[in-house]
Amino acid sequence: MQTLLGAIINGLALGMAYALIAVGYSMVFGVLRLINFSHGSVYAFGAYMVYFFVSLKVGLFPAILIAIVLSGLLALTIDKVALEPLRRKKSIPIATLITTIGMSFIIQNTLSIDYIFGSEKHGFPSLNLFAPIVIGNITIQSSQIIMLVVAVVLLLILTFVVQKTKIGLAMRAVQQNTKAAHMVGVNVNFVISFTFFIGGACAAIAGALIAGYYGIISPSMGSTIGLKAFSAAVVGGIGMLHGAVVGGLVVGVAECLAAQYLGSNVRDPMAFVILILILIIKPTGFFGKKGITKV
Amino acid sequence: MLKIDNLVVSYGPINALKGISLEVKQGEIVTLIGSNGAGKSTTLSAITGLVRAQSGSIRFLGEDITHAAPHRIISRGISISPEGREVFPALTVHENLRLGAYTRKDKAGIEQAYDRVYDLFPRLKERMGQIAGTLSGGEQQMLAIGRALMSAPRLLLLDEPSMGLAPNLVLMIFELIESINKQGTTILLIEQNANMALSVADRAFVLETGKIAFSGDARTLLQDDRVRSAYLGGKGAQSRRG
Ligand SMILES: Nc1ncnc2c1ncn2[C@@H]1O[C@H](COP(=O)(O)OP(=O)(O)OP(=O)(O)O)[C@@H](O)[C@H]1O
Ligand SMILES: [Mg+2]
Repeated sequence: MQTLLGAIINGLALGMAYALIAVGYSMVFGVLRLINFSHGSVYAFGAYMVYFFVSLKVGLFPAILIAIVLSGLLALTIDKVALEPLRRKKSIPIATLITTIGMSFIIQNTLSIDYIFGSEKHGFPSLNLFAPIVIGNITIQSSQIIMLVVAVVLLLILTFVVQKTKIGLAMRAVQQNTKAAHMVGVNVNFVISFTFFIGGACAAIAGALIAGYYGIISPSMGSTIGLKAFSAAVVGGIGMLHGAVVGGLVVGVAECLAAQYLGSNVRDPMAFVILILILIIKPTGFFGKKGITKV
Repeated sequence: MLKIDNLVVSYGPINALKGISLEVKQGEIVTLIGSNGAGKSTTLSAITGLVRAQSGSIRFLGEDITHAAPHRIISRGISISPEGREVFPALTVHENLRLGAYTRKDKAGIEQAYDRVYDLFPRLKERMGQIAGTLSGGEQQMLAIGRALMSAPRLLLLDEPSMGLAPNLVLMIFELIESINKQGTTILLIEQNANMALSVADRAFVLETGKIAFSGDARTLLQDDRVRSAYLGGKGAQSRRG
């Protein structure tokens, strides 16, 4: 019973961090109908930037803030440099998709260049900032509590931005009818850049939270987690914020339960098992509606 | 106010506009008529910056807007009620209207604009909270026109505003066009219903496969034999659908 509860708590914390990555896939998909596979590498970049600036002794929180901004800018730059030119040329969607995969490799390999960070793992400052909470024989690390609280707060803020602000209205407008958004005077390119920036910034925060929990980073850290978060976004219904959250939680809890009861080797495949099941049972995900294709 | 010179627009190999020139003066209602595929909607897309001009120029209030981005053009005071309505399907009627005022910053002015639109279209007021995608075709058309009015444009582009409306509403739309114009908005109107369009317009341009075939005073064109036979059913019934 207590191991079950422990696994669920682990899963919820991790799942909220996945949700933070998943919203990046989801929002970009919303405005561009594109799966941005470079997103996982932005997550890794975010964690590396925290590591780098901490090593420059600027302090953990300033380092995280700088990493957030730089990762947002990286995501935005990927779009401006590699994706927007393709959109302007109206190239086929698969070309853009492959470009995002290519960008992901470029970033990951740049991180692992010897005189940059190198391919080996590095220790990451722990986010266990206060004593763990012990209930019975369940121990909840403070980094898990921080992960959960920060992710929940950020996702609430994000929901507020999308639902209640002018830029959020513009995002929803672009999502539903890009042509009409142009026609009412929305600066569509700005909305797209903004979306990439927010996605990249959230990925960096997730990177700091997850690296701070495991205490370790490596250049390829974004590839598996990126795919898991992508699965989470699809499981919840891609394009929808609350879908990303529920998808993230389902994936997080499922993999912690699997690790607990079936062995740690079963952990990583769980996200994809759920993804495949969902694609068979309800291809649009939990909250997905039919007709989320461009009007 | 709006001056188009030698505008050429192509979609790949298709030459949609082959060098058209036209002018709309402050305070006028100008209509652009022509058969299906003549290039009427393309002209409006070029004005709003949605399609690129290959050559030629478009000037609005003395400024060259030929290669300006759509949001810049819209914020200078042009707005469009497009062909096919193009509402935001999952947003409410009210949110759609809010987006019509996207380029405005004056809160009070936006509130007035809502009142004006809801006054003109009581149907939209009743359905304020309804999701636009679930409106009837005619209601969506009203929403498209209402949305275009929200920015209090100086130049209003209307692409077949009477499309899909019941006959009494068509009359109402034409009266509306005249009254919006009297309140100071300059209008460029595209219509399949050439008879009606010519009777409200001051001047008219007739497009034929990407070229201006005739232009002139609307009342005169209404009597012109060539125009009558081609667009006013002089040679028998003409298709009214776009
Ligand atoms: N996006 C596009 N791609 C390719 N060709 C296009 C595109 N849009 C329009 N065309 C072509 O350009 C020409 C002009 O089209 P346009 O829509 O301007 O005509 P129109 O005068 O508005 O016709 P209608 O009365 O049917 O609305 C047509 O031959 C049309 O097929
Ligand atoms: Mg047309």
